[in-house]
Amino acid sequence: MNEIVIDVEDFCKSYGKVTAVNGITFQVRRGEIFGLLGPNGAGKTTTLECLEGLRRPGGGSLRILGVDPSRELSRLKDLIGVQLQTSGLPASITVAEAMAFFAAYHRVGPQPSLLERLGLAEKKATQYRDLSTGLQRRLALALAMLHDPAVVFLDEPTAGLDVPARAELHTLVKELQSSAKTIILATHDMAEAEKLSDRVAILLGGKIVATGTPRELTADRAALTKISVRTEAASLLGNGSGVPNATRPSVEGEYVVCFSDDPGAVVSDLLGRIKSHGDRLVDLRVERPSLEERFLEITRGGAR
Amino acid sequence: MTAFAHHFSFEFRAGLRDRNLLLMNYLFPLGFFALMGVLMTQINPGFKQTMVPAMVTFAFLSSAVLALPGPLVAAREGGIYRSYRINGVPAVSILVVPALSTILHMVLVAAAIIIFGPLLFGAKMPVDALGSILTFLAIAVACTGLGVLIGVIASDSRAIVLWCQLVFLPSMLLGGLMIPVTMLPATLARIAWLLPSTHAMNAFNSLGLGLPAVRPPLQSIAILLAGGVIAFAVAIYLFKWDSRSDTHRGPPAMALLALLPYVVGMVLFAL
Repeated sequence: MNEIVIDVEDFCKSYGKVTAVNGITFQVRRGEIFGLLGPNGAGKTTTLECLEGLRRPGGGSLRILGVDPSRELSRLKDLIGVQLQTSGLPASITVAEAMAFFAAYHRVGPQPSLLERLGLAEKKATQYRDLSTGLQRRLALALAMLHDPAVVFLDEPTAGLDVPARAELHTLVKELQSSAKTIILATHDMAEAEKLSDRVAILLGGKIVATGTPRELTADRAALTKISVRTEAASLLGNGSGVPNATRPSVEGEYVVCFSDDPGAVVSDLLGRIKSHGDRLVDLRVERPSLEERFLEITRGGAR
Repeated sequence: MTAFAHHFSFEFRAGLRDRNLLLMNYLFPLGFFALMGVLMTQINPGFKQTMVPAMVTFAFLSSAVLALPGPLVAAREGGIYRSYRINGVPAVSILVVPALSTILHMVLVAAAIIIFGPLLFGAKMPVDALGSILTFLAIAVACTGLGVLIGVIASDSRAIVLWCQLVFLPSMLLGGLMIPVTMLPATLARIAWLLPSTHAMNAFNSLGLGLPAVRPPLQSIAILLAGGVIAFAVAIYLFKWDSRSDTHRGPPAMALLALLPYVVGMVLFAL
């Protein structure tokens, strides 16, 4: 589990005078799901494309299990599987043909069990253009897994999927992780990144501005916890302000809402106030900021 | 089955499944063949002499120049080449396999024209099998080379139409398919030798049908083969360039190199 599978050190890449990635460093260990997050133009795609061997890095070093993606493409293709964001398949190719075609170039069998596992066994004769978006994503995942690669790149794996299809794909990704695959997940969906990733890196302007587990990022001291309270007699509505350690007090419907970096103290103080007013607590919500809120905070505020 | 065989098998079937490809590979050339067989042989009975090579050359132009470039550009625009590269499909296969499958479609259509032309319309049968096959091969290499080159240099789907018509229309009008090159005004006749179809008709009339050649037929064969090989080489070079380059595409002007054998031919035949 501690083996470094992906090692990126001081990686830079420019397109003409435009710097896309400016000296980023990170490592990903075996069996980890590593989320690569960032707004459009942050450098995610460039980083992925260089790791996938599609572009040459401008500086620094990239290694996947010791292989330099820019110099050893033939070795790299056996190590990585890529679920592309765009189709990446001819419209008229059938599921069975796509499996046979890519399997042949990877020198492996067509893996019918993989189609069973991904719910595509009944669709073998269906052309790619006739598959639903969910099934197209599954096929892309099946093709990425065909040669049993050690590292799987998932680029916006659930974009355009409905809720059940999204949940199914999340289950599949977790199954992949349990088979010791290392997964790089590039996504705009923060809830997805928070749910699936063991660690994430947030890129902004070609630099990593935050990295850690989703819990570490959302528990950052600068990230305030939201506290919402509703009481039977609404006694706090006129007395919610002036709570020590709380900021931005407000009223949202029947709830008194405030934010704090010390939620325990604030909750204790609020409960004391409710008791002293002879009121009764109806609902108390303590919400840690989501990764999405943290992401917005970071990307709007710049690097921390 | 090898990776190449799987790739070829899929590309060939795609040529039958895709409506546009089916139209350009089969319906358009065979429909035109039927139309010309009915009308042109009535208007100009002499057309029966050259009907087979003219219709085969037309079919080759339709498949290779009109049909082949579209899927190549669509594949580039749709990220298919990206997926192919990641999965280890060689650049040469990406360009050559669609060309080979197009040649198989051409062979099937050519066979239909050779069988039904004489049967239905009294067209002159080829008399020299080896000469016919050599000429077919040369035309196939020349046309698919041009088709692949257009597919690589065309910046998008709209640009394909321009490039394709730049080859197809002059070939139809000046390339000896409808009017023999000897009947063209001297200046146009000279320009006509820049077209693969003119060389194709010249070689086939002599080597396949045993008719008198306007110019040495083996020189036409050499020009067609050289033009095709250069077109493939330039296409593969530019394709690899585009795959490696982050900022700009390979210079499309390099495609003019594929015209070099035809220019040499034009000068040679003008002497």
